[in-house]
Amino acid sequence: MVNSQVRVYKPFIGPFDPCPPLPYRTYVVPPNQYIVFQPLDWPQFSLAEALKLGTLWPNLYSPYESKSKRVEEVGSDGEPV
Amino acid sequence: MWIYEKKLQYPVRVSKCDPYMARLLLEQYGGADGELAAALRYLNQRYTIPDKVIGILNDIGTEEFAHLEMIATMVYKLTKDATPDQLKAAGLADHYVNHDKALFYQNAAGVPWTASYIQAKGDPLADLYEDIAAEEKARATYQWLIDMTDDVDLQDGLKFLREREIVHSTRFREAVEIIKDDRGKKRFF
Repeated sequence: MVNSQVRVYKPFIGPFDPCPPLPYRTYVVPPNQYIVFQPLDWPQFSLAEALKLGTLWPNLYSPYESKSKRVEEVGSDGEPV
Repeated sequence: MWIYEKKLQYPVRVSKCDPYMARLLLEQYGGADGELAAALRYLNQRYTIPDKVIGILNDIGTEEFAHLEMIATMVYKLTKDATPDQLKAAGLADHYVNHDKALFYQNAAGVPWTASYIQAKGDPLADLYEDIAAEEKARATYQWLIDMTDDVDLQDGLKFLREREIVHSTRFREAVEIIKDDRGKKRFF
């Protein structure tokens, strides 16, 4: 899943690393980092959806998927997710 | 102040993919007898020690930071390419939930570094004997770490660090002799 909140960087890969290198590292920048003061009248999720997701506003929603059971931070095509 | 050279004191090579060894190496990173404790102990004690031995504490304390950097490099190399699943399999899940792959000043059992690991008694003999004991304990720790890996390249770096503890202990014992120097001498004022 492509997530626009995920940032990717390439750590240095040394010629003598003991383990097979992981090409990318990622970190998340949630949308609240760009919101200085939340404006009034933002679009809202449905109430049922909001209760499930943890926020009433799509603009504050930050999804996170487990890195487990797959090569960390890299999709099956070898590209960052 | 210090002048930084952007290289390690001794080359660090790690050839076996063994993430669990990273956890054991943390004993020398943030443990009671580790390099951080050593560096901070000596550099702090040097203010209240006779002038003749300040330089010993200054130089050895500085070198301990160079050793800290080598340990950090070993730990990073062993963990940087592990997936969360691999870290879990290596027994590092507890480290992962708190720190991801970040290094942290804690010992091999996960206990965070604390200033109570070091002393500054203000008495030159008390402080120097503590320093000698710390060097011998660090030497022993390096021996047990060398026992815990069969990676000869990692062992090579650890053997260098172990030898430096022996040299430092010798310098500190010489410092004790310098401190004691007045005994048996006739001094006229």
